[in-house]
Amino acid sequence: MHIVVCIKQVPDSAQIRVHPVTNTIMRQGVPSIINPYDLFALEEALRLRDKVGGKVTVLSMGPPMAEDSLRKALAYGADRAVLLTDRHFAGSDTLATTYALAGAIRKIGETWGLPNLVFTGKQTIDGDTAQVGPGIAKRLNLNQLTYVARIASFDLKARAITVERRAEGGVQVLATRLPVLITMLEDSNEIRRGTMANALSAARAEIVKWSAEDAGISDLSHCGLRGSPTVVKKVFAPPARAEKAHQIPVTDRTWDEMAGDVIQAIFSRRPSIETDLIQRAEGF
Amino acid sequence: MSSTPQLAPPRPPSGRAAMKKELPEHLKAYRHVWVFIEYEHGQIHPVSLELLGEGRKLADKLKVELAGVLMGTPGDDLLRASADCFEFGADVVYLVADPVLAHYRNEPFTRAMTEVVNTWKPEILLLGATTLGRDLAGSVATTLLTGLTADTTALAIDDERSLAATRPTFGGSLLCTIHTLNYRPQMATVRPRVMPMPERQPGRLGRLVEHPLHMAEDDFVTKVLQFMPDRDSQKAQLAFADIVVAGGLGLKSIENFQLVKRLAEVLGGEYGGSRPLAQKGWITADRQIGQTGKTIRPKLYIAAGISGAIQHRVGVEDADLIVAINSDPNAPIFDFAHIGIVADAVELLPVLTEAFRQRLALHYVPASCAAS
Repeated sequence: MHIVVCIKQVPDSAQIRVHPVTNTIMRQGVPSIINPYDLFALEEALRLRDKVGGKVTVLSMGPPMAEDSLRKALAYGADRAVLLTDRHFAGSDTLATTYALAGAIRKIGETWGLPNLVFTGKQTIDGDTAQVGPGIAKRLNLNQLTYVARIASFDLKARAITVERRAEGGVQVLATRLPVLITMLEDSNEIRRGTMANALSAARAEIVKWSAEDAGISDLSHCGLRGSPTVVKKVFAPPARAEKAHQIPVTDRTWDEMAGDVIQAIFSRRPSIETDLIQRAEGF
Repeated sequence: MSSTPQLAPPRPPSGRAAMKKELPEHLKAYRHVWVFIEYEHGQIHPVSLELLGEGRKLADKLKVELAGVLMGTPGDDLLRASADCFEFGADVVYLVADPVLAHYRNEPFTRAMTEVVNTWKPEILLLGATTLGRDLAGSVATTLLTGLTADTTALAIDDERSLAATRPTFGGSLLCTIHTLNYRPQMATVRPRVMPMPERQPGRLGRLVEHPLHMAEDDFVTKVLQFMPDRDSQKAQLAFADIVVAGGLGLKSIENFQLVKRLAEVLGGEYGGSRPLAQKGWITADRQIGQTGKTIRPKLYIAAGISGAIQHRVGVEDADLIVAINSDPNAPIFDFAHIGIVADAVELLPVLTEAFRQRLALHYVPASCAAS
C-alpha cells in the first residue's frame, strides 16, 4: 500500500504580529511549524500503514526551508519525503497549487507506485481555504472524502473504504472505492511521539527535492502567479469604529465598583438587555 | 489516476494577458448572479437565504438577474423550497431534480453543478462556507478552472463590474480584497451568519427552469450508508444565542476559563472562545468564535482576555453591544468594542458575575410562588 500525505509549512499564526503603524506583517522571528491540521492527516496515514503495511510519502510545496517540516514528518515515522520547490510556483493561489501538487503526486506514483490514498489536513491555518484537498482530488480523479472523523473500515484487497465524515447537523457514513483523497478532521486522533530511531534517521535522511521540471510539470502557464485566476488587489487593516469604545474608569476604583459600572453601561446603552434578563429571571 | 477534468471551458489567456482589464469575448457571455441553495433533509440551510439577500444587492448593482440553484430528489418538498427561494429574492430557480441527488455526495453534485454553470454561464456563483459548500466549491472551481475565494466577509461590485471579495488573511491579522480577473464564474464562499437574513416577501414569484440530469445511480461509486444527526443537547447554540461570553488567552489557564462559563450561565447565554483556546483544547471546535469558527450576532457579547485580532473581529462585529475586558490598553479589541475596561479579566469576571447574579436575584421568583 502506498499513501501520500500533503503537508504545508506555515508561520505559527499565534505569534504573528501586525506593525501598529505601518500595518504590515512582522515576520521576523515567527517560527515555522507543520500546519497543525496536517498532523491529523499524517497520524491517520501512519496508523493505516502500521496496520496494513506499505509506505507513507510526505509531500510539501514550498521554499527550500520547508525541508524542516518534512524532516519532522520523517521523525514522526513517515517513510520518505518530497519537497516540490521552484520559484515558478511562487504566488500560487489554490487552483495553481493543486495543479502543481497533482503533478507531483503523479510523479510520485510513477516513481514509487500509485498511491491508494492521499491525505491532507482539512485546511491550513494561514490560508484557511479548505480548497486544496478537493482540488487535488478533482485533478487526479480520486474519490473525495472531506472532514473525515474516522475510518470505519478499510479493505485494501477489495479496494473498499468506509468513513464517518462531519456533515451539516450530523455525521455521514460514506462507503467508496480506492483510490481516495481524505481530508482529516481536527481532533480525530493524536500525533504520536516519534521514536528516537526515527528522529536519528530523519536527521540524516535525504529529502527528495523536485523542481517543476523534475516533477514532470511542463506547462508553467498553470503555475504560480501566472496560473492563478485570483488576484489580491489590496491588503489592509480594518478601520477602527468611528466612535471610540466607552472606557470604564479603573483608577482608584474597587472591583465591585468597576463591575457595577460595567453593568450600568450595558443596561443604559441597551435597556432591552436588562428587560430580557429580568423576564428570564422571573420566568424561572 | 487520469488527468484534467471534463467540461472545462476554453482557457483564457494567462500570463501577463491575464492582467488585462477587458474581458475576453467568450467570457462576456457570463451573466447573472447565482447562489447555490444548500438543501438537505427537506430544508434549506439558512446560509443560502442569507446569500440570496446578499446576491440580490450584487445583482441589482449589476442590473442582472439573481438565480438560485436547487438540487435534490424530485418531489413537492423540492418545489416548496424553490418557492421559498423566490420569496427570499431569487428571480430564477434552476432546479435539478434527480434521485441521485437525494443526499449530498461530492461527485453527482459537482457534475450537476458544473453542467448547469456551463449551460447558463453565471458571472458570479456564491456558496455557503459550510462543510457541504466547501466540499462542493473546491471541486466545482477546479473542474471549471476558475477562481474561488473562501470565507469572504464582504462582497462588492467594482467599477469594472467585477466581484471584489474581501476576507481575512495572514492568519486573520489583516484583510485582503481578491478579484478573479479573466475567469468566469467568479466564485466565493461565505460563512453562515456573516450576511444578514433578508426579509421574506410572501407571494413573490419567479421563473422555474428545470435542468434534467442524465445520470444513473450506477455512475457513482460513493454511497451514503447512513446519516446520524447530532443530538440537540450536544450542539452549542452559539450562532443564535442572544448573549455570548467568550474568553481568550488572557485568561492564562483552563481553570480560569471556567469564569467565562459561570458568567454565561448566570446570564442565560452561551460561552465560547478564541481560536488559540480551541487549538489548546480548552474549548471544543464548535465553541470557537471567529473567522474559522462561528460567526455570532448576539445582543450582548462579552469578550474576556481576547486581544481581538481580525480573525476574531469578523466573527463578532455584528453583535449589538460588545463589551471588552483586557489588561492591555492597546489591544485591538478596543478598536471595535462599544464598552471597554482595561482590567485583568481573571479578577473582574467573578466580581461581575456576582454583581449580575445579585441584580437578577431581586427578580427571581421561586417556583412555588410562580405556580400559585
